[in-house]
Amino acid sequence: MKIVVCVKHVPDAAADRTFTEDGSTDRASVDSLLSELDEYAIEQALRIAEADGADTEISYLTVGPDDARDALRKALAMGGDSAIHVSDEGIEGSDAFGTSLVLARAIERHGFDLVLCGMASTDGAMGVVPAMLAERLGVPAVTHVEGLTVDDGTVSGRREGDGATVSVQGTLPAVVSVTDRSGDARYPSFKGIMAAKRKPVETLDLADLGVDPAQVGRSGARSAVDTTARRPPRTKGEIVVDDGAGGAGLAAFLTARKFI
Amino acid sequence: MPEILVLVDHTDGAVHKPTLELLTLARRLGEPSAVFLGPGADSATEVLGRYGAHKVYVVDAPEVGEHLVTPAVDALTQLAGRTGAAALLLPSGPDGKETAARVALRLGSGLITDAVDVVPGPDGPVTEQSVFAATYQVTAHVTRGVPVITVKPNATAPEPAPVTPLVEKQDVAFGPASAAVRVLARTPRERGDRPELTEADIVVSGGRGVNGDFTVIERVADALGAAVGASRAAVDSGWYPHRHQVGQTGAQVSPQLYLAAGISGAIQHRAGMQTSKTIVVVNKDADAPLFELADHGVVGDLFEVLPQLVEEIRRRRS
Ligand SMILES: Cc1cc2nc3c(=O)[nH]c(=O)nc-3n(C[C@H](O)[C@H](O)[C@H](O)COP(=O)(O)OP(=O)(O)OC[C@H]3O[C@@H](n4cnc5c(N)ncnc54)[C@H](O)[C@@H]3O)c2cc1C
Repeated sequence: MKIVVCVKHVPDAAADRTFTEDGSTDRASVDSLLSELDEYAIEQALRIAEADGADTEISYLTVGPDDARDALRKALAMGGDSAIHVSDEGIEGSDAFGTSLVLARAIERHGFDLVLCGMASTDGAMGVVPAMLAERLGVPAVTHVEGLTVDDGTVSGRREGDGATVSVQGTLPAVVSVTDRSGDARYPSFKGIMAAKRKPVETLDLADLGVDPAQVGRSGARSAVDTTARRPPRTKGEIVVDDGAGGAGLAAFLTARKFI
Repeated sequence: MPEILVLVDHTDGAVHKPTLELLTLARRLGEPSAVFLGPGADSATEVLGRYGAHKVYVVDAPEVGEHLVTPAVDALTQLAGRTGAAALLLPSGPDGKETAARVALRLGSGLITDAVDVVPGPDGPVTEQSVFAATYQVTAHVTRGVPVITVKPNATAPEPAPVTPLVEKQDVAFGPASAAVRVLARTPRERGDRPELTEADIVVSGGRGVNGDFTVIERVADALGAAVGASRAAVDSGWYPHRHQVGQTGAQVSPQLYLAAGISGAIQHRAGMQTSKTIVVVNKDADAPLFELADHGVVGDLFEVLPQLVEEIRRRRS
């Protein structure tokens, strides 16, 4: 089985993230790392490969600038076989439509039985790229699941949807996204980190994929940011140390604010 | 008046509050039409009309319940074409967002997710979003095609504007089952005695500091008529169900009052509650980062502070 795991290199959520003047995410000012939510997808791929034996091949795919390679190295250190890095100046400023188009073309070129994604990125956090990929590839989208099983040409999982928990099943080939409840991700071992250095990473650009530059990047974006503004910092209110009357004091505060 | 399609979020015809918020927002942009998928439309029509739906399009086919997301995509795409709608509004859950994304792809439209406000603008609807763990507010608009927008719960207060809706049954051509995902079993979320987490005016949340038994949190919630929330640490420990998790990978809530007890305030938790109007924090560690957001904070043991709070609420009410 051929598994492609889509991974994203994102600004560290613990750092102070900002925008550049044109309203896109400022990637230069903070450290970036492999999106934590993608580690769950990598973990599932590795578990499937472990259960399946030698027949499974895992490739990682990322779209992004040069340093996005770091995300691929981290993924390869956790396990897997090879990686694809799509990098092209024309991609900068892509929205989910542009990104999903590039990903879909790269996945088609490589071939796949299963595409695995995290439930959302930790920066843009729209959580729509897996659904868009399935739409573009014309295959089932088994999204937002935990309890993932791949068996006999089908993929199944449990999904907490908008109003219900549902058990879902699709046939392979398929796109799957897993939540942070799908199973803890492993840490790369020292051996894994060393081995990752020798694993092949292929670099592709838009021309290699036959993607029209007008469809991606800023020119392909289908929405525009009008304004970005830092929320005014919350003014820190009164912090009292409980001297035996903290609960009553809290009740007085809530009464003053008309919650009681 | 341009027609605005609103996808109805319901359980067997019982319409959920976020739909009424969507209808209220849609009236700012044009004339709302509700798109109702599945059985139960009869019991929903009255409330949809009360909040201003001039039309209710009903698609009641077996595919709607059998498959995940794609039947709604087929229905909305075809209805958008038939009606010439000026915008589509959907609820911002996993189902709503995925439906919106695929509809936008098929229509060649732009998409905005997780809006916390929608107003008319010179080039179509202008949305407001909270990003980067709600540290930034962004306004944006769609630049291509019919705008497809998903809106978070509590974006606005539902306001009635009664009309008698025209109900129209609609036939939809569904895509191939091979590209669909089968729903093997469905367990509707129990709507208990407490308000829904994302819809509640008050949320009382507990974290690792609760140390196992959430009764102490539930008592405060019930005294205030609130929903119960939990940090991921509390959920991962198995102390409270995941659907109560607040944060980046749980629910994002924006209530009038958020009371957090025994929660330190990691960025991923803040991402789910930072936009709450009033924030109250109880934590025994004076250096807990969540105090930075607090309008009122108590440095103390939650097992002392919360029971006293409940007592005092009772005393003040009697
Ligand atoms: C990708 C990713 C996604 C995540 N998503 C989420 C998410 O959606 N939601 C979320 O909440 N977290 C999320 N997290 C986890 C987050 O990073 C924190 O680990 C988590 O929020 C910590 O929960 P906590 O505050 O309850 O626990 P802790 O950080 O352990 O804090 C417990 C607090 O309780 C206080 N305390 C202890 N005993 C008492 C007492 N008797 N009285 C008063 N105070 C007491 C302590 O002083 C401490 O401040 C995510 C993490 C990652 C990596």
